[in-house]
Amino acid sequence: MGKVFKFDKDVDTDQIIASQYLLFPTIDEMKVHTFESLDKEFASKVQPGDYIVASENFGCGSSREQAPSVLKALGVKAVVAKSFARIFYRNAINIGLPVIVCKDLYEGVEAGDEMELELTEGVVHANGKNFECTKLPAYMQGILDQGGLIASLNK
Amino acid sequence: MGMTIAEKIIAAAAGVSEVKPGDIHTVELDHLMSNDGTTHLTIDMYNKLKNPTIADVSKLVWIVDHNVPCDSVKTANSHKKMRDFAKEHHIQFYEGAGVCHQVMIENHVRPGELIFGADSHTCAYGALGAFGTGVGCTDYLYAMVTGKSWVLVPETLRFNLTGKLPEGVYARDLILTIIGMIGANGANYMAMEFAGEGMKTLSISDRVAICNLCVEAGAKTALMEVDEITLEYLKEHGREPKHSFKSDEDAHFAKVYDIDLSTIKPIVAKPHFVDSVVEAKECFGTKIDEAFLGSCNNGRIEDLRVGAEILKGRKVSPLVRFLVVPASQAVYTQALEEGLLEIFMQAGAIVMNPNCSVCWGSCQGVIGANEVLISTGTRNFKGRAGSPDSFVYLASAATVTASAIAGEITTADRL
Repeated sequence: MGKVFKFDKDVDTDQIIASQYLLFPTIDEMKVHTFESLDKEFASKVQPGDYIVASENFGCGSSREQAPSVLKALGVKAVVAKSFARIFYRNAINIGLPVIVCKDLYEGVEAGDEMELELTEGVVHANGKNFECTKLPAYMQGILDQGGLIASLNK
Repeated sequence: MGMTIAEKIIAAAAGVSEVKPGDIHTVELDHLMSNDGTTHLTIDMYNKLKNPTIADVSKLVWIVDHNVPCDSVKTANSHKKMRDFAKEHHIQFYEGAGVCHQVMIENHVRPGELIFGADSHTCAYGALGAFGTGVGCTDYLYAMVTGKSWVLVPETLRFNLTGKLPEGVYARDLILTIIGMIGANGANYMAMEFAGEGMKTLSISDRVAICNLCVEAGAKTALMEVDEITLEYLKEHGREPKHSFKSDEDAHFAKVYDIDLSTIKPIVAKPHFVDSVVEAKECFGTKIDEAFLGSCNNGRIEDLRVGAEILKGRKVSPLVRFLVVPASQAVYTQALEEGLLEIFMQAGAIVMNPNCSVCWGSCQGVIGANEVLISTGTRNFKGRAGSPDSFVYLASAATVTASAIAGEITTADRL
């Protein structure tokens, strides 16, 4: 089980990681600033295996791949949202961060709740309930299964 | 079944006769643009590959525009990594030449091309009839190594434009109106196509302003038909179309919108969302600390002319810093020749070198806590221009300039 960190709709990539950190040399140097504008303590509170739950259009805005990368580097297990902005969605799959569409979970959990995602079944367990998620299209599941897009270049 | 412009470009790039929305195709890419926002990370990933190679270096264009001149040692090191790599691999490289999309449109983009840019506003290239889309550095790296990528064929939203924008209303007011109408994810995963008689009244600069901002409605790309205005621009810049596509009569559109340009009014997008749009008059009287005229959205010569015309014989409010940032060196030089920069400086504006400036909030011009910026930039997200506790309003070059003079949000007709 992982802890839920909950965010609203239209969370843009500037909130996930602000512009002033993007040219830092490495993702590790950036990750301590994740979600700084929305929750200053996020990076110190989040533990490997925790989840982000959000409403519509998560990850809108800039194409900065640093956004899914800092979440992955902090150990976020998956982002479960009502919908995702397309560049963030594609970037997350490409780096091997599961991004799952679930229409009902947002209303079904609160920040701090415990939940578990069964990725292959596409089900979230939380608060004694099961929440059905939309399965990834086969092509994208394939990229995720092989460990991200770059893995195919190293075969 | 007929095809849309987006479908035709993907079909051509995939080497197939027909595609339909939802299909995934492997495509050949025409250009791969990357800027200093992410390239240092792409290079690190490249260097870790088992067999690092570049499929076709002539497709790569690298542009340092986000933090130029450099603002810190960390940035300097990231820039150096990019510069050294570009030199070693003979990658076409620009530094300080302008905002990446303006540089691409002036020098590289051709109608009918399929272009990946490691920047979300790559959709601007639709102004010249090219399919530009923003990607992250992993997608970029994959395309750099293989010359190819995969594309999910998007549905298309069609916008039929008629009439002409009224005096004092600009293309930027139009696209902000559309974003307000369909919402921040109203075109998510989709292409936005613009056509109709009203297109004849829109210059290439107007068209770039429209296409560039479509990502703020979530669009994958934006597209416009190639017409006489496009061909004239290309001729002036020494290029020809790869393909000149129009959507077929029987093409399928997810939705069709009819917009009479004469009904558009001056618009302001309020903090902290681009789709939070209202008529400018609803914000009249809001005090500002800084005004910004520039960016890939509104930093072209046409925008500077609008600003200079309003500012001529007037002064910037002593309570406001007014940053004027031409979008490219070509724009800067033209503005210098036309005497526009002199008008700006005599009025008390701060004229800066071509770069992304405060539009992306990580270089000169950032604003402090509780400060208010009115901007021709692309976004007004919380903290976008500096402090997380600051406020950004988006508006046209005219409204931004008028507000810089008044010290509060206003339109030029009220000065």
